[in-house]
Amino acid sequence: MRTLLRVGFINLRRDRVAQALTFALPIVFFSIFATVFGGQQNASTSRIRVAVVDEDHTEFSARLVEGLRGEKGLRVRTTADETDKTPPLVRSGDVPVAIVIPHGLGGSFAQRGFAPGGPAIQLLSDVSDRIAPQMVLGLIQKVVMTTAPDLMMQGGLRQFEQYAGAMTPQQKAAVDDWLPRLKARGQGSQAAGSNAASNAGLGVSVDVVDVMRTKSNQQSLISFYAAGIGVMFLLFSSVGGAGGALLDEAEAGTLERLLSTNIGMTGVLIGKWIFLAIVGCVQLTVMFVWGRLAFGLPLFSHLPGFGVMTVATGAAAAALGLVLATLARTRAQLQGFSTIFILTMSALGGSMFPRFLMSETMQKVGLLTFNAWALDGYLKVFWREAPIWQLWPQLLVLGTATMVFLAIARLLARRWETT
Amino acid sequence: MSDTVLAIDNARKRFGQVTALDGASFELRKGELLALLGPNGAGKTTLIRAIAGRVRLDAGQIRVFGRALDGRSTPPELGIVPQDVAIYPLLTARENLQVFGTLHGLSGQALATQVDWALERSGLADRAHESVKQFSGGMRRRLNIACGILHRPRIVLLDEPTVGVDPQSRDRIYDVLGELAQSGVSLLLTTHHLEEAEARCSRTVIIDHGRVIASGTLSELVEQTVGRHRIVTLRLDAPLDGDGAALRASNDAISIDESDSRIVRARMGDVASDLPPLLQQIRLSGRAVDDVEVRGPSLQSVFIHLTGRELRE
Repeated sequence: MRTLLRVGFINLRRDRVAQALTFALPIVFFSIFATVFGGQQNASTSRIRVAVVDEDHTEFSARLVEGLRGEKGLRVRTTADETDKTPPLVRSGDVPVAIVIPHGLGGSFAQRGFAPGGPAIQLLSDVSDRIAPQMVLGLIQKVVMTTAPDLMMQGGLRQFEQYAGAMTPQQKAAVDDWLPRLKARGQGSQAAGSNAASNAGLGVSVDVVDVMRTKSNQQSLISFYAAGIGVMFLLFSSVGGAGGALLDEAEAGTLERLLSTNIGMTGVLIGKWIFLAIVGCVQLTVMFVWGRLAFGLPLFSHLPGFGVMTVATGAAAAALGLVLATLARTRAQLQGFSTIFILTMSALGGSMFPRFLMSETMQKVGLLTFNAWALDGYLKVFWREAPIWQLWPQLLVLGTATMVFLAIARLLARRWETT
Repeated sequence: MSDTVLAIDNARKRFGQVTALDGASFELRKGELLALLGPNGAGKTTLIRAIAGRVRLDAGQIRVFGRALDGRSTPPELGIVPQDVAIYPLLTARENLQVFGTLHGLSGQALATQVDWALERSGLADRAHESVKQFSGGMRRRLNIACGILHRPRIVLLDEPTVGVDPQSRDRIYDVLGELAQSGVSLLLTTHHLEEAEARCSRTVIIDHGRVIASGTLSELVEQTVGRHRIVTLRLDAPLDGDGAALRASNDAISIDESDSRIVRARMGDVASDLPPLLQQIRLSGRAVDDVEVRGPSLQSVFIHLTGRELRE
């Protein structure tokens, strides 16, 4: 028994890859997840970006906008009357939520209070972020209650008079005396940045409008997961394939033999890259076709965008695989290193959970990863219904990355050439 | 020499502190099967890789058909058969040959013809459509060689082409190599099988510590080294008294084996006249002879004479 333990410990001590996988990998992932989710506690980095359009131009709407501006959880951007431009703002991903205060809301409120039937605030949302619209919805109610309590009271009293009869002169005098104080209190609470939640059982009417798509929520989520999981496994298969293509061939001697033919190292690398890129494209296509067949993913209505993104992603992943394979000295080294590298990139880049759930800082860090650019492209196609030309930032980054990766792989592959 | 196809002149190569080649020089002639012998670490594989354009020399020159190599690419006249079985195990024999034939520039009918020729010559025609992973070690070795000679190179370099191969496959391999040599192809092979080199190769180059220490035909090497003497080995029934000091003193061509003092060796120019006095001497010392072996000059004795080591795999 002692002998077996000794053999086990000696093997572990001398196998650095096993040590890394056993001890370093869990720590790396714990750190990444702690950083990503821990960052959500920091309000300064997780404020929700909101576009607000005031079509009403009343005192009520002005106070509502000011109230929203004062909310610490929001970063408000007003867009004047450009209501038509607001859905595209959400659709393009500039903001996850937009608030449209419709014409007549202030007047209706003064007349009717919370009674149903009046115009409703429109909350234009990107359902890819399921949290932001719900938070903004709650904050709108809170802001209405805390910034315009006097106006609400006026509306309520008018309704009271409508159904219960007019108030006596003394009652009216008392109310007129109280309303300015109520208004001041509301303004004061906003100025103090009160976080007190509204305790009103009533609330302003808000219609949540999903501007992203006409399909079901579930289908859109499926496109996210198809892209997220697809890109992560694309990286795994590209690295595995590149390792097989180079390290295994070097070990078996076939690489040496290939290099003694007319093809040369550049030819070998390009041949391997094209093969890996084709396999990667087919792999992604199979994933999305399965998504279409089994889950109703709207693949066929997005074929051009899907095709462009898949070719760019497959080509870049294949080139990245070659870099990792040329960097590693052995198959075991490649496996250990690439597992850590790919899982880290996938976590930061949004393959495991959406980047919009991360803090802004982590979202920016995520842009350093391959996954983020690939996923952003797929999300533009399937969620934001973006035309192909709008994919240019993603295609530019992935295309440049492909060229850089191939150049690095070629440099690193010199070790297999003449010694 | 006009029929020299490959000339290595003062080849030098160091890998860090290790000197792999230390001024090696020799020639390969048209249509000859040249054995490159040397103990492990002597520099054989480095030399083969340098000729193949896979190792750049620190100094010296390699010329193929009179053209100096740049040390960066494999000359098109060369066919390489590496020591590893460098073929794709999931492909069939025919597919492997098609792959390497295409990469060597063959196509169309020429490719098909050469693939058929290689399959037939390597004895794999009836297994052409089977996956290589189902092949025996000998069959894989034959296919490994076929992939290197498929494009009809004028010079073939073979690094240990018969290692781990059964005798039948080994014979078949040498038959093919012999046919190639007869057709004018020049072959340079490294091997650990001295008897093969002796029996099958027209010339031998012995390399040690990165230098060529002897070269020539077997008879030339014998003349240069051990001469025409026979080695006579006697096994006695019991060790000689005083470790055979008296016997050794009587003739300096007699030696006693260090590990087994019952074994007596003697170098004899004429066995018929030199052996009887030795047998008489042993009988007088009270010992009987259990066994007698007379061995002629061989590459083995030449190799041991030159390197002081046996050649083992």
